[in-house]
Amino acid sequence: MKLKGTQILLKILEEEKVEIIFGYPGGTVLDIYDRLYKSKIKHILVRHEQGAVHAADGYARATGKVGVCLVTSGPGATNTVTGIATANMDSIPLVVFTGQVPTFLIGNDAFQECDITGITRPCTKHNFLVRNIEELASTIKEAFHIARSGRPGPVLVDLPKNVMAAEINYDPAKIKFRNYDTFHKPAPKKMAHVYEMLAHAQKPLIVTGGGVILGKASAELTALARRYQIPVTGTLMGIGSFPGMDPLWLGMLGMHGTYYANMAVSHCDLLIAVGVRFDDRVTGTIDTFATNAEIVQIDIDPSSINRNVVVDLPIIGDTKATLKDMIKFLTEHNYAPQASYRKEWLDQIAIWKEKVPLSYCRDGRFIKPQHVIETLHKIAQGNIIVTTEVGQNQMWTAQFFPFDEPNTLVTSGGLGTMGYGLPAAIGVKCAFPDKHVVDIAGDGSIQMNIQELATAAQYKINVKIVLLNNGYLGMVRQWQELFYEKRYSHTDMTYAPDFVKLAEAYGVVGLRATKPAEVEKTLREGLAIEKPVLMDFQVSREECVYPMVGPGSSISDMKLGTREMIN
Amino acid sequence: MEKKEHIISILVHNKPDVLARIAGILGGKGYNIESLCVNTTTSYEISKIVMTTIGNQATITRIENQLRKFVDVIAVNNLTNVESIHREMILVRLNLSADSREQVTKTIETYQWKVIVSADAYVILEITGDKPQIDFALARLEPLGIADITRTGIIALELEN
Ligand SMILES: Cc1ncc(C[n+]2csc(CCOP(=O)(O)OP(=O)(O)O)c2C)c(N)n1
Repeated sequence: MKLKGTQILLKILEEEKVEIIFGYPGGTVLDIYDRLYKSKIKHILVRHEQGAVHAADGYARATGKVGVCLVTSGPGATNTVTGIATANMDSIPLVVFTGQVPTFLIGNDAFQECDITGITRPCTKHNFLVRNIEELASTIKEAFHIARSGRPGPVLVDLPKNVMAAEINYDPAKIKFRNYDTFHKPAPKKMAHVYEMLAHAQKPLIVTGGGVILGKASAELTALARRYQIPVTGTLMGIGSFPGMDPLWLGMLGMHGTYYANMAVSHCDLLIAVGVRFDDRVTGTIDTFATNAEIVQIDIDPSSINRNVVVDLPIIGDTKATLKDMIKFLTEHNYAPQASYRKEWLDQIAIWKEKVPLSYCRDGRFIKPQHVIETLHKIAQGNIIVTTEVGQNQMWTAQFFPFDEPNTLVTSGGLGTMGYGLPAAIGVKCAFPDKHVVDIAGDGSIQMNIQELATAAQYKINVKIVLLNNGYLGMVRQWQELFYEKRYSHTDMTYAPDFVKLAEAYGVVGLRATKPAEVEKTLREGLAIEKPVLMDFQVSREECVYPMVGPGSSISDMKLGTREMIN
Repeated sequence: MEKKEHIISILVHNKPDVLARIAGILGGKGYNIESLCVNTTTSYEISKIVMTTIGNQATITRIENQLRKFVDVIAVNNLTNVESIHREMILVRLNLSADSREQVTKTIETYQWKVIVSADAYVILEITGDKPQIDFALARLEPLGIADITRTGIIALELEN
């Protein structure tokens, strides 16, 4: 069957079961858009290409499927870079299609030509420039395969206009591409080693990370921890991989980790890290990190092991398969923690929990951002997926919103991209129309991709924005308060639009709360309205995120804030 | 840990941007490539890259792990840890003048260097050897006045695999 490049593209997208594309048209992709006009695949027209990538990324994180974007060459392509780098840092499977000028013009500085494969080489898992129609089908197939296999990641496919216009005999049976499936099952002797370590440990601790969510290994991780009563802490990316309401859960560790999680890390004698790459925000100073512990690190990517923290037992493997093997081995060999030791360890943790719980001053005149988040958790009743922006809003969400399920917190961890939350929420809501999808935002971040309100309004994608409006670039202001003697250099953002009016101008509902008593009512109203809603919570302006581990400190050395914080 | 030079041999699919990708990403991660040689193997589809880099064992392991992540990389082999032979080549042009002609000719004879172009005003030599041999030759060539020189990166081959 003779097909054009554009037809082949859509055919393979259908074969790959792509339901939705986030995109933005332009000259080099006009022919593809013409095909889309008659296609069954849904296309969401975003308002900025960065938004398209974040939306596809949100969709991918919430569903575990590959997210897909389509943009034009030149500026369309360069606008995707922040989104791609965001997905790359968090290992999110995406396929980003960019238009390109015809192959015979490449290198000529043609109109809207740009070497996007060159630009994105360091921030993609892989990328391709399709040089002729013969390689088109196999390249697209391969792109999807690479995006989702092993440690997932974004793949960019650059599509020159003439290649897409060319014709070829299309035979799906003849499409060949290389298989990179890097499925690892660790050697049995590793399991015996873990067994030995556990048998000798008196104070074991699990650290769960994004690799557990990506590897769909939450059930195994939860079973392991519960069966053997091993407490669990997690990185930002690991939140949701272990039930947030379980007594064994210690919350997040690291820079804004809980007191008890960081104390547990510093005192444990065995640390089992699963799908964690030990980012500097997690470890604090390396030489003081978990100094009392032997460390086991399980990860699918050998390049993540022994990179930041030197470990005693590296296990390269798929997290799910490895944890399954581990449970099986421990069961078969009748591993049982010694009751008295385990009780002592859990009691110690309970004491830390009691001594410094997560807290804030609850009875003031101003709305507390933490209170908004707790109330949201209460009224959403679990039927919710939360996205965040970056800054204090993100850290308070990680601290005060207990996530019980994987893929219910969607946040930019590795790159920390302000402007991520709203477009990501749009992508999530497309996949889960019956769940509440809420972007917990800061007033700085929300302005970075605010234009996507139009996308939400146009397609009736009823996302909700909980804006924790402090009139500051709050997290940066916090650093200035704590480490720069309150010199608030360029972090005051009181000059801002009236967000309620702005929402209305976009055709979205705007609500505002200025007093603590209005918080619950506003949230209930906002969640109930069957439209996109922006809720502007005017919060206590100079609230800080505590605990905080200062730069260059050990994670056991935390600033806890004053218990009676200013109000 | 001790820093030393490592010679890493990498088999890759011969794709247009594979070299840019590997060099760019290693560079971006702060690893230094000291020398590089690339060409196709017996198959045009597959190229071999021989790369030398300096680092301690932990750094080298990171580089190897990073290399194995590339989609186009087929195999990574550190030749420093196995028995292997190493070669580099230089092409050198020495200008000849009335004063120097005799000494140049004598030195070339002494070391039995291979003259590949011989003209009135200059000679071009081709010298191959491992690093110490090339360094030795360079030390002898220096006083004769090197007009121009090109030095390849290191290529290497395992004795057995
Ligand atoms: C694109 C981008 N630019 C700059 C930063 C640096 N940064 C990190 S947090 C932050 C402040 C965020 O302010 P806001 O969105 O108002 O959230 P808040 O901290 O007040 O909750 C800034 C500027 C970033 N993370 N991303």
